[in-house]
Amino acid sequence: MKKKRLLADILLIAGVLIAAAVVWLLLPRGGGGAAAVVTVNGEHYASLPLSEDAELLIRSDDGGENLLVISGGKARVTESNCPTGVCVETGAVSSEGQLIVCLPHKVVIEIVG
Amino acid sequence: MAALALVFGYIESLIPTGIPGVKLGLGNLVVLTAMYAVSVRGAAAVSAVKIFLGGLLFGSFAGLLYSLAGGAVSFLVMLALKKSGRFGLVGVSAAGGVVHNIAQLAVACAVLGGIKLAYMLPLLLISGLVTGIVVGFAAVPCISLAQRAGKGKK
Ligand SMILES: [Zn+2]
Repeated sequence: MKKKRLLADILLIAGVLIAAAVVWLLLPRGGGGAAAVVTVNGEHYASLPLSEDAELLIRSDDGGENLLVISGGKARVTESNCPTGVCVETGAVSSEGQLIVCLPHKVVIEIVG
Repeated sequence: MAALALVFGYIESLIPTGIPGVKLGLGNLVVLTAMYAVSVRGAAAVSAVKIFLGGLLFGSFAGLLYSLAGGAVSFLVMLALKKSGRFGLVGVSAAGGVVHNIAQLAVACAVLGGIKLAYMLPLLLISGLVTGIVVGFAAVPCISLAQRAGKGKK
């Protein structure tokens, strides 16, 4: 009984890992991007070229703050006061089409070619 | 039980952000413990409080939607898997963590518009999975503690 459950657990975990890998492989990947475009609440906020190192504090409604850092041709959110932290967890992005999203702040950072 | 849920919810809201997945993890740990050690109704109460507090934390209607989608879906999936009797604690918890993140992403797609958010899916799947597995292991001592406390009262 216990062994059966353990097997089911392992299968479930393996299934999720495979699904994640498949989605990751299916996503189209462009070449290196040229700029990071920041939108807040669907409105254009700023565009930063990836070729220049820079820092931008993105301020959104209700005191939301995300620190966007461009360095070495990559964009990443290093600090955020959002509750989930997924934007920071995303890490550095640099390929065309890649995104950093901060759901609570409605901030989307997209890499464009 | 509802009072306990409130206390846990309050503690949860005090935890500083910046450590990804910890909040989701703690919330699910409490729900899971209640589900196994107390009752389904107790777990539902904890879930409801957690969802409401989560919504307040985001401070907007969209925030409440994220919280509701993640909390409700993960509660229902965990309950269904537990009832099926085929999965262990870790499996139930891992599934709860994963669907929590998928549901929030689905709401995000609807709110922010754009299928591009699919780029977030692999990351969210993995982070939900890892959090869920950790929570599943952490829940074992919590559940036996809660059960012992419950027996002591009677
Ligand atoms: Zn964020």
